[in-house]
Amino acid sequence: MLTTNPFSELTAYIPAGVMQAYVVLMFIFVAGGTVLDMLHKKSAKYFFEHAKRSQKLAKRKLGGGEKASLAVKVLTNEVMAAAEFANPRRRMSHLLLMYGFILFVVTTAIMIFGYLGADSKTPVLLPLLWHLGALMVCIGGYWFWFSIRVDVSAEGHPWYKVERDDVFILSLLATTTLALIWSFLQAVGAAFTADIFFILFIIAATVLFTTVFFSKFAHMFYKPAAAFNKRVIWADGSRERLPDIPDLSSAETKQRFPDIPKYMGENPPNMGLGINREPPQHY
Amino acid sequence: MPTFVQMTRCDGCGQCVDICPSDIMHIDTEIRRAYNIEPNMCWECYSCVKACPHNAIDVRGYADFTPLGSSVRVRRDEEKGVIAWRIIFRNGKKDWDLLAPITTKPWGSGYPELKNAPSPSQEQRDSQLLFNEPKYIRLDDGGLHTLESNGLSMKEGVYY
Repeated sequence: MLTTNPFSELTAYIPAGVMQAYVVLMFIFVAGGTVLDMLHKKSAKYFFEHAKRSQKLAKRKLGGGEKASLAVKVLTNEVMAAAEFANPRRRMSHLLLMYGFILFVVTTAIMIFGYLGADSKTPVLLPLLWHLGALMVCIGGYWFWFSIRVDVSAEGHPWYKVERDDVFILSLLATTTLALIWSFLQAVGAAFTADIFFILFIIAATVLFTTVFFSKFAHMFYKPAAAFNKRVIWADGSRERLPDIPDLSSAETKQRFPDIPKYMGENPPNMGLGINREPPQHY
Repeated sequence: MPTFVQMTRCDGCGQCVDICPSDIMHIDTEIRRAYNIEPNMCWECYSCVKACPHNAIDVRGYADFTPLGSSVRVRRDEEKGVIAWRIIFRNGKKDWDLLAPITTKPWGSGYPELKNAPSPSQEQRDSQLLFNEPKYIRLDDGGLHTLESNGLSMKEGVYY
């Protein structure tokens, strides 16, 4: 099961060209949906307006080299390690979902475009990564759905309360789960049941890629840009309009804010973690 | 000054939902970002402001605190024990930084050791006063403090 290309058996009754056309069509849906989503939400317009407004408050101008190093940091921290998440469980779940989805989609495309011919032999690694990707999405996704997502963890709603905007996560989970079941049934030789699950898998995948307009799929494209902008804003001194918190024992701070030495002493101690002493789980 | 969420900064983690004592911070079911569902009922405790890991929650300054339309942003630093405010006027010409202490002792270390306090006498138990009341309202320091005893008087009408 884990080392066989699940798409190669389909060539008996679905031509390779049809499968390839389906992948291309889904890609067009994702690209078109993302553009429509950005036009509808005016994300790009807001993004550039926000960047321009922040520039007015900038204390210094960043050079090209500095911006390039910030872009590298965005790539290694925010994009590859999902550093924007303050909650470590959410971050772990996001990483599983992201890398699992990339593995799943990329290996699907390679197997469909490269290894569907009658005489072509799929390298063992590709189906292995395809199954691993689907499994990673399932682990991260079900963990998210049942316990981490805010509706369950903070709002106290039951896990089965579904909103329209859950279409992304639910269709993603359905796609990978049904793919794994289909591959398993194919491996054990239950051809008829496998075909049923294949049809369900295709329906779930079609819902996933065509409902991009109503989902969070577009965030893959604008989140890195927003993360870069955020880093620029902190580096150039405008700090997103947030106040600076200076060194409390410096002479300048004492002179500017006399309440600090008056009530907290000349060298205020570290007051500890305060609110961060315990995780927010009060339900 | 009730709080409100800058939706583009919020990542919908739900920490404000968890901490709000008035239960008025909730997650929008469409865009999955937090919002203050009833600013009229906000106690202005700023628990959500300090809980937000992304500094996504701002306050809407009252007109007698800052001119309307100003940006009022807050940052609480737990380890330093201070709160900092930055107020920028709508036209951008005024940019204020303010800083104030929020604790004078490390968090969790300032609780009174009530178990070491002497037990009240029978006379105190029979009295209408509550525990430590004479001390805190300074009844034992020459009687109740009033405007008259402090040489003050009420003025008629509204005055500023």
